[in-house]
Amino acid sequence: MEHRENIMDYNIVKAHILAALLFLGVSLIAGLLYSLQFTGDYPFRSVEFLSPGKIRMLHTNAVAYGWLLNGLLAGVYWVVPRLTGYPPLSRALSWFIFWVLQLLVLATAVGILAGYAQAIEWGETPIFVDPFITLGLILLAVNFVPPIIRAGKDAPLYVSLWYFTGALVWVILVYIMGNYLPQFFVPGAAGAAITGNFIHDLVGLLVTPLGWGLMYFFVPIIIGRPIWSHSLSLMGFWGLAFFYPMQGLHHFMWSPVPMYVQYSAVVATIAIEVVVTTVLANFILTLRGNGDYLRHNFPIRWFYTGMIFYWITCFQCAIQVTLTVQKLIHFTDWVVGHSHLVMFGVFSFWIIGMITELWPRLTQNQWYSERLHSWAYWLNTLGLALMFITLTIAGVVQGVTWWGLNHFMDSVVFSLPFWYVRTISGLMIIAGIAIFVFNMWMTARGHVRDEARLAQEQTVAT
Amino acid sequence: MEKKTLRESFGFILLVAGIGFFVVGFIFQMLGPVVFLNKIPMKSVEEMASRVSPEFTLLSEDYPEEFRKAFGEPTPESYAQALLEGRDIYIAEGCWHCHSQYVRPIANEPLRYGAVSVASEYQNELQLPQLFGTRRVGPDLIREAGIRSNDWHMQHLYDPQSVEPKSVMPAYPWLFDEDGRPTRRAFSMVAYLQWLGSWQNPEEKER
Repeated sequence: MEHRENIMDYNIVKAHILAALLFLGVSLIAGLLYSLQFTGDYPFRSVEFLSPGKIRMLHTNAVAYGWLLNGLLAGVYWVVPRLTGYPPLSRALSWFIFWVLQLLVLATAVGILAGYAQAIEWGETPIFVDPFITLGLILLAVNFVPPIIRAGKDAPLYVSLWYFTGALVWVILVYIMGNYLPQFFVPGAAGAAITGNFIHDLVGLLVTPLGWGLMYFFVPIIIGRPIWSHSLSLMGFWGLAFFYPMQGLHHFMWSPVPMYVQYSAVVATIAIEVVVTTVLANFILTLRGNGDYLRHNFPIRWFYTGMIFYWITCFQCAIQVTLTVQKLIHFTDWVVGHSHLVMFGVFSFWIIGMITELWPRLTQNQWYSERLHSWAYWLNTLGLALMFITLTIAGVVQGVTWWGLNHFMDSVVFSLPFWYVRTISGLMIIAGIAIFVFNMWMTARGHVRDEARLAQEQTVAT
Repeated sequence: MEKKTLRESFGFILLVAGIGFFVVGFIFQMLGPVVFLNKIPMKSVEEMASRVSPEFTLLSEDYPEEFRKAFGEPTPESYAQALLEGRDIYIAEGCWHCHSQYVRPIANEPLRYGAVSVASEYQNELQLPQLFGTRRVGPDLIREAGIRSNDWHMQHLYDPQSVEPKSVMPAYPWLFDEDGRPTRRAFSMVAYLQWLGSWQNPEEKER
């Protein structure tokens, strides 16, 4: 297409990637600081603005709105014009949304540290920031819906665009539902039914569909062959769309929320595992015969590692959601491990993979070093695996001490070794990301490391 | 040109998946509980504070000078104000991320904490938004009232490790003045903690 250059805005993709990485840095540091509180090494003990409770909220909100949303939007700005053949509604609006988003994330961070957090998990954005975020999300839909509608007039929409359409609508509904109803109108147990769903829907109806939409675009285009089965794509999307909005209450099992809601949330959560398995099967069969990509192509490696983690997450979810398992693991670090597996192991891996694919094109340079990619990949993967394992075991230990009516402090004392390992695993992840960013920096400056020659020299030396 | 199908058109996806399924989920999972629990009358802070808790009165006797400066007398009005402000500190400091506020009927929790939570306990202004919590780094707090003394709470907020050496709870010295005497914020915080579960019968609170 000759008008391709006009419809693409490479700068906005780049801007979102850089903003995402900035907030990833913030959240990694916040996470590290928070983990130090558990081992008794928190450095800012008597600073009110940096109280560990606030740092925790900074960590999660920077991840959700600063890192994941920016990172996924970078991908959406790349994918939508290419899939539809039309640009977003307005370039000015795109940049307006970009700056509004960064400003709102900053306002959220400052608001939380100043003590204006809202008591809604994953929605600690202060009450006075909420209306602006709602407006921003509506603008986002206004920006992206026109090209999708125009593309829909020419031909059936491609899978990615189903997911994007869903996400653009859902996120507005979810945000309004989760941030206003329990805050002003619905108290207590019924309010918990809503905030429980908000916790889940922010992941399930915003991050997940945007993430899968990107996968359906990038994987076939890198491998150079279509998705294996269109029927499975259809099943995956409609299954996700139907079951996801019904399972959020699994965050409050055995609570005073009516039992029918709890039972149905269990059923919906187990159902989603079946759906996810079909999606995974579809992607793995897309890769069949091309397994070499996992070794040589870093974007594909990040993507598929994330997918495997996604399947593990959902499989774990189907088991831990049952009322029986909830008795032991609810309220423990098991859940913390689970959420790191999703937010970092799946969606962050996908965004990193996407950046790996896009960065050379955005900078018009070759990647500085393939070896550093390998280092970043293994540090992140092993760091995350270690974090997941240590927190999962810690969760069981905590659950058992509570159930066994030990003194409460036992659950803290017995967790200490696991918390030390958690801090170490976090440091591995930080090192991995730092290496990745360094690689990006050198690439942007146009350096290339001659690794073939380096390898040769090494073999000669030994 | 490819054949157009309904299920791959923008309008169908928007209306059925985007709005339709979400509304179904909303009605089933959220509107249901709202309707069912709506019969329980909603309590305002003033209603709940109409009888000043013995702990709040004790605060005024134990720290007479500081209390007078902060709240004057322990009246229903000042108690209501303290509860509201205490709840706000509980939210702002993120206490609810490490302390849950409901007792489950399983895993020996009634033995450890006391009576199992029921929905009517949460139908009030101080649970708007609700503070169930999802993690227990520290113990559940919904049956906290009267379990420990005011002094214990003051000391514990000022320096948790001085009363519980292995605790990982952060210290909150900014609730106190430079000499370590409680300010309005410390009184509110302790009043709120001593309110949690104060509606329970003493017999039910045995652990």
